[in-house]
Amino acid sequence: MGSINLVGVSKSFGDVLVIPSVDLEVNEGEFVVFVGPSGSGKSTLLRLIAGLEEVSKGRIEFNGQDMTNLAPAKRGLAMVFQSYALYPHMSVRENIGFPLKMASMPKSEIAAKVQEAAKILNLSEYLERKPRQLSGGQRQRVAIGRAIVRQPKAFLFDEPLSNLDAALRINMRLEIMELHQQLKTTMIYVTHDQVEAMTMADKIVVLDHGNIEQVGSPLDLYRAPDNLFVAGFIGAPRMNFLDGGEASRYNATTIGVRPEHVQISKSSGLWTGKVGVSEHLGSDTFLHVNVEGQQAPLTVRTDGEVQLNYGETIYLSPEEDKIHKFDNNGKAIR
Amino acid sequence: MKSNRVLLSILGWVIGFIIFFPILWMVMASLKTEIDAVATPPSFFFTPTLENYFVVQNRSNYLNYAWNSIVISVFATLLAILIAVPASYSFAFRPTKRTKFKLVWILSTKMMPPVGVLIPMYLFYKNMGLLDTHLGLILIYTLMNLPIVIWVLYTYFKDIPQEILEAAQMECDGLLKIFLYILLPLSKSAIFSTSLLSIVLIWNESFWSLNLTAFEAAPLTAFISSYSSPEGLFWAKLSAASTLAILPIMFLGWVTQKQMVKGLTLGAVK
Repeated sequence: MGSINLVGVSKSFGDVLVIPSVDLEVNEGEFVVFVGPSGSGKSTLLRLIAGLEEVSKGRIEFNGQDMTNLAPAKRGLAMVFQSYALYPHMSVRENIGFPLKMASMPKSEIAAKVQEAAKILNLSEYLERKPRQLSGGQRQRVAIGRAIVRQPKAFLFDEPLSNLDAALRINMRLEIMELHQQLKTTMIYVTHDQVEAMTMADKIVVLDHGNIEQVGSPLDLYRAPDNLFVAGFIGAPRMNFLDGGEASRYNATTIGVRPEHVQISKSSGLWTGKVGVSEHLGSDTFLHVNVEGQQAPLTVRTDGEVQLNYGETIYLSPEEDKIHKFDNNGKAIR
Repeated sequence: MKSNRVLLSILGWVIGFIIFFPILWMVMASLKTEIDAVATPPSFFFTPTLENYFVVQNRSNYLNYAWNSIVISVFATLLAILIAVPASYSFAFRPTKRTKFKLVWILSTKMMPPVGVLIPMYLFYKNMGLLDTHLGLILIYTLMNLPIVIWVLYTYFKDIPQEILEAAQMECDGLLKIFLYILLPLSKSAIFSTSLLSIVLIWNESFWSLNLTAFEAAPLTAFISSYSSPEGLFWAKLSAASTLAILPIMFLGWVTQKQMVKGLTLGAVK
């Protein structure tokens, strides 16, 4: 049904090379997340797959067939946009039914499909309303409904939750994951939020400056980042990086250790530091510790009940087997 | 606050009256005898007469001119809209590096005084057999109004979120369907008010109509000007002719004033 293959895909806007060359395989039924900072080319890559941008070089294949120059509507993909992109002059019913009407489906069949989609998405009461009479979450559901009814080969999501408030975002995240479990359709999801990427993806594609930095399952990326960029991007709070003498002790240019892999002690340890500000989340506490000989403070994740005062001296020890080593090109040493 | 609003509304009425006064004066003059019309000081109280209207209708066939005005303004507007919609679409949704330049260039043609091209246009029309024809006036008015029509529609199209059209692109096969089901319903009020604006502009235009027509295709502006003739100025009859000439467009303006205001302030308030 829906495997997607990118072969040497590159894109430039005028003289600006946005995506140098990307090879990527998306398997059928997979939930793939493109993640990266803004300007990393993740949205452009999605729009190339959708057909909204023309590929400068390379090939896009769906189930082994070349689709590089096919019109967007003929690719059989459905897209959900950040701004929902509902048609303001149509009711919810018309919005959801529109792609089917365009596919010349009989009216009775459209009505049945719209009902079904509305039921799945809890929109049955709102079918006669116009988009402007809906809340943000409801609008996003309509946009998803419009995508579902087409029974597409794959869903494309372009930062669909960015315009929602935090509580709603977590809800919709779960709804989209539930939807993927029910439909088992290929989904490609673009976000700049690494938490969304970690929680939703079967496979994460980390992008930076139009290059794929690493592809893997969320835990693969967490446990074994290929380079400094991925190490710093995946995981919250961010991984701590140390260089200079501390790093050369491990025969590396830079070493990284995640906040949750540092033990604290009041009596002894590998590194000595002074406690800076601490963030109490209840379940955890994030300590920012100024370690001697290091410019940036180290973040340490420790249990929620810890009581330490600002300026107090403490000792830190990294878990030896959880230390990530990087060479002078930023590549991981394994 | 309340006294402020009263003051503002008085000011509004005063300005409204000042703007409306010439029209009122014209209608009054049309109901006077020629002697009353030129009397100093002007007379505000007089016995109204419809005589001028009868004379005007007898001397020149009003309906012929009115029909010409209607045909020319409607068809020139339709043609301008037909050309401007795809042009504005491509400017708004498929911009290139030169789009800004092209838009300014299109508008710059409006800066040129028409008299500058009168002689070449006249000769061209003469050779093409377009003088004093409906088609001739329709063509020149289409060209005259295109810049404004393109700009107003462009401004409106630009306010339509790109993502809505992209969503449509994912779902409809072909530009025509996107246009019929998405763009046209979304912009019908803009197209309507732009059309009204164009009709009004053409209705009031006199330079080209006076120079390129004689009788066959002469619109109402030519009808009015025929009353300032070598025989002298007849204020009362001129006023009657003018009143007759603006009647249809006043009526249209009255009926569509909401759309008209919307069109003129388009893009000003988001």
